[in-house]
Amino acid sequence: MKAALPRATALKTPHLRPRMRPGSVLLPVYFILLMLPIYWMITMSLKTNEEILAGFSLWPRAVTFEHYREIFTNPAWYSGYLNSLTYVALNTVISLVIALPAAYAFSRYSFQGDKHLFFWLLTNRMAPPAVFLLPFFQLYQTVGLFDTHIGVALAHLLFNVPLAVWILEGFMSGVPREIDETAYIDGYSFGRFFFRVFIPLVRSGIGVTAFFCFMFSWIELLLARTLTSVDAKPIAAVMTRTVSASGMDWGLLAAAGVLTIVPGALVIWFVRNYIAKGFALGRV
Amino acid sequence: MTLTLDNIVKQVGTQTHLYRMSLTLQPGLNVLLGPTLAGKTSLMRLMAGLDRPSSGRIVVDGQEVTHLSVQQRSVAFVYQQFVNYPNFSVYDNIASPLKLAGLAPHLIRDRVQSVATLMHLEPVLKRLPAELSGGQQQRVAIARALVKEASLLLFDEPLVNLDYKLREELRAEMSEIFARREAVVVYSTTEPFEALTLGGQVAVLSEGRLLQQGSALEVYHHPETVRVGQVYSDPPMNLLEARLTAGRATLLSGLEFALPAHMAGLDGLYRLGVRANHAGLQPSGPDNLQLAVRVDLAELSGSETYLHTTLSGAELSGTAQGVPPHAAHLVAQLPGIHSVTPGEQATLFVDLRRMFAFDAQGQLVAAPQRLPVAAAQHPLGSR
Repeated sequence: MKAALPRATALKTPHLRPRMRPGSVLLPVYFILLMLPIYWMITMSLKTNEEILAGFSLWPRAVTFEHYREIFTNPAWYSGYLNSLTYVALNTVISLVIALPAAYAFSRYSFQGDKHLFFWLLTNRMAPPAVFLLPFFQLYQTVGLFDTHIGVALAHLLFNVPLAVWILEGFMSGVPREIDETAYIDGYSFGRFFFRVFIPLVRSGIGVTAFFCFMFSWIELLLARTLTSVDAKPIAAVMTRTVSASGMDWGLLAAAGVLTIVPGALVIWFVRNYIAKGFALGRV
Repeated sequence: MTLTLDNIVKQVGTQTHLYRMSLTLQPGLNVLLGPTLAGKTSLMRLMAGLDRPSSGRIVVDGQEVTHLSVQQRSVAFVYQQFVNYPNFSVYDNIASPLKLAGLAPHLIRDRVQSVATLMHLEPVLKRLPAELSGGQQQRVAIARALVKEASLLLFDEPLVNLDYKLREELRAEMSEIFARREAVVVYSTTEPFEALTLGGQVAVLSEGRLLQQGSALEVYHHPETVRVGQVYSDPPMNLLEARLTAGRATLLSGLEFALPAHMAGLDGLYRLGVRANHAGLQPSGPDNLQLAVRVDLAELSGSETYLHTTLSGAELSGTAQGVPPHAAHLVAQLPGIHSVTPGEQATLFVDLRRMFAFDAQGQLVAAPQRLPVAAAQHPLGSR
C-alpha cells in the first residue's frame, strides 16, 4: 500500500501529458484579427503608392519614409496635428478644472435634487453631437469663436464634463469620508486639504479621466470640422485633403492615420493600470 | 476643561438619532457604553463638532462652542476604522496636526519621536500606512490624536477591528496613557468588560437615549433600570418574573423560595435580575436558588463557557400570562470549557445574594450589597 501511494499521486500531476487548451489557439487568432488592420495601415504607410496599387503584398518591398517626411515638413499637414493637440489639451484641462470640484460636491454633500442633477449630467452624453451642430455654428459665428482652438475645446466640454464628473465621482467616493474629517480635525482648511491630501489620493482617477477626455476630443470629427475652417482645422479634416483630381494619395493617408494613433497609444500607456476602473466610471 | 452638552437633540430627516439629553464630562476617562445604534458615534460627532445638534448647546468651560467649526476646536478623533492619510508616511501622518499648527520643526520632531516611542512606532516611521498591520495602523491613528495634545480626545470603538490579542495589549497601554492625560477623554464601546477594565466615568446609552451616568463600578452595581442592567452585562442580565409577598417569591413556574435580605419588604409583581456570572452548575454559597432547566447550547468565549438554558415549566406559563418568552431563557457563565448535550436536564444554581429586583416599570428597587473589599472579586470573575 505504501509503495503504491507515490505512483498514484504522480499520475494525477498535470505535467505528464501537456494538452492544448482552446485558449492557446483562440487567443492568437483573435489577436491577429485585431491587429491586422493596424498592421496593414503601418505597412501601407511605408510602401510607395505604386506598390500599394500594384497588388497584394504582405510587407513593403521598398521601404519609404517619404509619406512621413511630407507630413512633418508640410505645414498644411503638421498644423492639423498641432491644432488637434491644442484644442484637445485645452479641453482636457478645462474639463478637469470644472469636474474636480463638481465631482467632490456630488460625492460628499447631499443637496436638493443632487441625484437628479447627477443623472441629468450623464444624459448630456447621450445626445448626438449633430443636434448641437447648428446652434453652435450660428453662435460661434456671431461671438467670434468660429475657427478658434478654444471654440472647439468649449464645444467638446458639453460631452466631456459630464463624463469627467461621473468618473471622478466614482474614484472620490472610494476615498473614505473620515479622511476629510480627520484632516479638518487636524486643522486643515478646505483648500489645503483638497490640494495636499485629497487630489493626490485620486490621482489615478484624474489620469483616467484625462485619458477619456483626451480620447473623446481627439476622435470627435463632426463638431471639430464644422466649427473650424483654416486656423484651427483638426487633423481628421486635413486628412480629407488626400482626395484630389489625380486620385487618392494612399500612402500619405496611411501615414497620417498611423500618426493619429500615436498620441492615444502614449496616453494609454500611462493609465493602463486604471483603465478598467475608468470604463466602469470609477465604480470597481 | 469641562465639556457640557446641554439639552441636545440630534435629528436626521424624520429620524431621531439622539433624544434630548444633558451630559457633563470632566477631565479624565469617560466611557460611552451602549449596543450598536445606541447613538455613541452620533454623540461623539457632536462633541467633536463634525455634526451640529438639531437643538441644544455644547459648552466648553462655560463658553458656547455649538457653532464653532472643527478646525477652531481643540479635539482629536480616533475612528473605529483605521483612518490615516494613505499618501503620507507614518511620520508625516503623526506630524500633520503639528505642522498645521505651525510648530517649529525641531519641536515637531521631538514630539513625534516621543509619541512614536510611546506607541511603539519608531521602526516604521518611514513607511506608508498601507504597509503596516491593522494594529499598527490604529496605533498611528492614536499617535496622531495624542501628539496634538488636544483638550478633548474622542475614541470611537478604536479596538473593535483588532484581533483579541492586539485588543488586550492596546487596551492596557491606553488605560495607562489616559491616566496621565489632563484632557477629557471619551471612549465608546459596546463591551461592558471594556468599560469596567478602563474604569473612570461611564454613560450608558441605548437607542438614542442616555440611560445612566456615574462611575463605572457604581453604575455596574446599581443599574437604575432593567435596560441598563441588560446593556451593562455580557451576556445580558437574566430576568425572572416573580410575585413577591411577605418575604417570599413565587416564580411563574410555581417555584417558591425565601427572599434574600436586601429584598425584604417588597410586595407585588417584580422582575428579578441576575448576571450570568452569578449563575452556575455548582452552588456558590448558602443562599442558592435551584432551578431545573433544559440546556439549549454551550457557547465558548475564551476559556469560559456560556450555557444557554430554558427554565423548565416556564415556557407555557410565561407566554400564557403575556410575558415575553425570553423571560424563561437563562444564561450561565461557567469557568473552563464544558461540552453539553443539547436537551439535557440540569440544575442551575443562582446566587440570591447577587440578585437585583426591578419593578413593573423596570426601575431598580433592590440591589445586592456590594461585597466587602477583601472578598470582592473582579465583577466579571476571572477573565
